[in-house]
Amino acid sequence: MRGFQYGFLLRNLILRDFKIRYRNMSLGVFWSLLNPLVLMGVLTFIFTRVFPSPAIPNFSVFVLCGLVPFNFFALSWVSGTTSLFNNAPLIKRVSFPRLMVPVAVVLANGIHFLIQLALLVGFVLAAGYGVNRHWLWLPFILGLEVVFVCGLSLMSSALDVFFRDVRYVVESANTVLFWLVPIFYSFSIIPDQYRTVYQFNPVAAVVLACRLILLENRRPPFSLLWKLAFVSVTAAVLGLAVFRRCQRKFADHL
Amino acid sequence: MAVVEFRKVSKVYHRHPSRPFFYRYLLDKWRRAPGERFYALREVSFTLEAGETLAVIGPNGAGKSTLLSLIGGLSEPEEGEVRVQGRAAGLLELGSGFHPDLTGRENLAVYASLLGMSARQLRQRFEQIVEFAGIGEFLDEPLRTYSSGMILRLAFSVAIHVEADIMLFDEVLAVGDQAFQAACLARIFELKRRGCTFVCVSHGAELLKRLCERALWLEEGRVVRDGPVGEILEAYQACQAANART
Repeated sequence: MRGFQYGFLLRNLILRDFKIRYRNMSLGVFWSLLNPLVLMGVLTFIFTRVFPSPAIPNFSVFVLCGLVPFNFFALSWVSGTTSLFNNAPLIKRVSFPRLMVPVAVVLANGIHFLIQLALLVGFVLAAGYGVNRHWLWLPFILGLEVVFVCGLSLMSSALDVFFRDVRYVVESANTVLFWLVPIFYSFSIIPDQYRTVYQFNPVAAVVLACRLILLENRRPPFSLLWKLAFVSVTAAVLGLAVFRRCQRKFADHL
Repeated sequence: MAVVEFRKVSKVYHRHPSRPFFYRYLLDKWRRAPGERFYALREVSFTLEAGETLAVIGPNGAGKSTLLSLIGGLSEPEEGEVRVQGRAAGLLELGSGFHPDLTGRENLAVYASLLGMSARQLRQRFEQIVEFAGIGEFLDEPLRTYSSGMILRLAFSVAIHVEADIMLFDEVLAVGDQAFQAACLARIFELKRRGCTFVCVSHGAELLKRLCERALWLEEGRVVRDGPVGEILEAYQACQAANART
């Protein structure tokens, strides 16, 4: 759309989303921290007391390393998927670049992601792991995760306009992924024949890369990084293509 | 120069007995019988010159809102061609996108950017918008504390300060008290002088007569008549009165 102020609109939509979520809660942004902390506590209890896994030192930090990227992925994908439907009155009556809606929702979740990352970094440092030069890779890796979720959300939100079942597919996929992403188990116990498949899942790749950097002081191998970049960029391109094809019909179908 | 041009435009909606779930979609594809077709507009043609003000009249379900959404680029026609020069800003429903938990100031910024205002334009016009809306000390209060009149005034004020080439009004002109309406009309006339084109849908005949020069009478998706506003409104009202008697 010609002459549209994308930046200003995007900023306003992100802030709107972020403010609405916490405006009337007494604990405010602390809810962002509470959710991963509770899950971390439960998983740590189970995997140190019920099914002990002695191979993993500092289990709580280990599991938080998996939870934070996964949480961002799952939450922003679901809210991105329903974003067009939730903004139906806007889409039916105001002509603005529709792309902004799912992207703003994903990026608003990105703010929570940053808060949770700060929590993760706090835990990493408190557990005695130092800062190392590989940390410079983190913005690139996490940025790719954002690109991946934006791509998926563009696709799923556009399809959700026509088939409302899409949101349930996304929710189920998230439940499945919670088990298929190495959150509470280590990548090293995965049998060899499945490893490549695992690495092609960008969420698993991000979790792996974060653990290598934060807990093992190692640069993630390039074989992992190119797979992450390839799948994320492909998802974004595909998502954009699907979205552009569908968006002409949004106003008629909502 | 024609800013809006419709050439034999038809808009079709498909009526489905239920929501188009995936199996339903596949079924339709398979049978190639996509629901019942319903024409919201049928071969509508007209052109609108820059600076003209057009009233669109007709009974409920005549296709007035569909016409506006086609000009606004919200949906696309199935047949025919719609050409629009410049930016159309719709005032199709005031306050779409307003959220009760955000303050007036925050809602104002979101709404202004949705209608296409830049950060700089908003800074320049902010005082003007707030003053025009007359919400004064409520500016930093959440919107849920506003009266419905205040919300409409805020939305209207933002919309009318967006400098679009074509302004679309759908039943939103009768906002606020007499004083506010007079201010709105004054602002609309000012925009008209600057060459802004207006398309208004309303059932308020008096307002349309004051605001518009030309009227388009729609009935069941077809253009019945197109001409000077006084003449067309008279004919339309006579027709309605005749219908009411039978």
